[in-house]
Amino acid sequence: MASGTAINPIEQFELSRWVPIHVFGKDFSFTNASFYMLLSVALISLLMIVGSRHRALVPGRLQGIAEMAHDFVADMLESTTGKEGRRFFPFVFCLFMFILFANVISLVPYTFSVTAQIIITVVMSVTVFFLVIIFGIARNGAHFFKLFVPPGVPIYILPLVVAIEVISFFSRPVSHSVRLFANMLAGHITLQVFGAFVLLLLGGGVWAAIAPLPFVMTLAMLALELLVAFLQAYVFAMLTCMYLNDALHPVH
Amino acid sequence: MAAETKTTSEVHHEGGGHDMFPPFDATHYPSQILWFVIAFAILYALMSRIALPRVGEIKQMRSDKIASELDQAQKLQGEADAAGAAYEKTLADAKARAQTLAQEMHAKLAAETAGKRHELEADLNTRLAAAEAQIRDMKAAAMSNVGAIAREAAAQIIQHLTGRPADVNAIARAQSESGSTA
Repeated sequence: MASGTAINPIEQFELSRWVPIHVFGKDFSFTNASFYMLLSVALISLLMIVGSRHRALVPGRLQGIAEMAHDFVADMLESTTGKEGRRFFPFVFCLFMFILFANVISLVPYTFSVTAQIIITVVMSVTVFFLVIIFGIARNGAHFFKLFVPPGVPIYILPLVVAIEVISFFSRPVSHSVRLFANMLAGHITLQVFGAFVLLLLGGGVWAAIAPLPFVMTLAMLALELLVAFLQAYVFAMLTCMYLNDALHPVH
Repeated sequence: MAAETKTTSEVHHEGGGHDMFPPFDATHYPSQILWFVIAFAILYALMSRIALPRVGEIKQMRSDKIASELDQAQKLQGEADAAGAAYEKTLADAKARAQTLAQEMHAKLAAETAGKRHELEADLNTRLAAAEAQIRDMKAAAMSNVGAIAREAAAQIIQHLTGRPADVNAIARAQSESGSTA
């Protein structure tokens, strides 16, 4: 990160190929991003599998957190989709935990932010998008398209409403993915800029006296980013639940 | 560590400023997608096969346990209530029995005492009557003696006064005329 003279707030989002793998002319290298994705998976597994290994009636600390995570996502899913949404529970749980862990890990200095890579958030949101379409049609057939036709709309503005509904439906994956991406990107750039400002002032002779100001700001930003890390994971999972609810209950 | 393993192409990019914002660099997309799919597939398998069923099992076990213990507690509460009611009933019965027993005893004792008193009173009354009769006899005897003594004294007084023997019959007449004889 901040390595001396040229402090570049964009550098932290750069990928580095740790194990170059090239197949069919495509680059499938194992990168720092790959590492942090697997790290998130490892930590989630540690929490959920190691945490629940005792199957204790009265949970310990780790099991308490594991159960809390389970209940949090289960309640979120059930409150938006009802009982029928249970089958998506592992999927929504994995999405939520993956994003949450990736977000929180990325707040540790010198780590990498997986969720600040637009391709990752796009893959997730597009997966949700196609899951909604495929499952919605498989379950409801043509009934699914009632989603675009709100009931009780006068016939002469119905085409306009349907057009708006279709556009809003197809823009879902965009807003869904960009929201998370942009939040993480902006947060990390802000942190980097404030952190770099501290270094700049420290190296600026007498200006070092006011270096604590941006430092305090950096700490405050870090606290805010911790909130954002959780909030964005929650928002992403919540929207996923709401979109899945459309597939389950397409009546507007 | 990341800094040392930068590929030469990226180092070149850095030297000439950023002609591509890293998240939008499409050359990395295949790698990113592949590793994301791998990571997410592993996560999904571990969560859906192991972790989530286990946590669900724990929660089920806990709610079962709580439900069964609540049932048990309710049953025990019922038993305790029944035992309490039985105790109250026994206590009330015992109290009632003790009261009747006490009343019976009291009545018996009262009757006994009354009987004894009556007996004693009757006894005393007969004795009193006997004593009274005796007194009356003795009084009558004493009275008859007094008459004789009076007549004798009168005869002697008359003899002394007149110097001749007194008429015993006249004295007896005078005595009977003056009232009280025995």
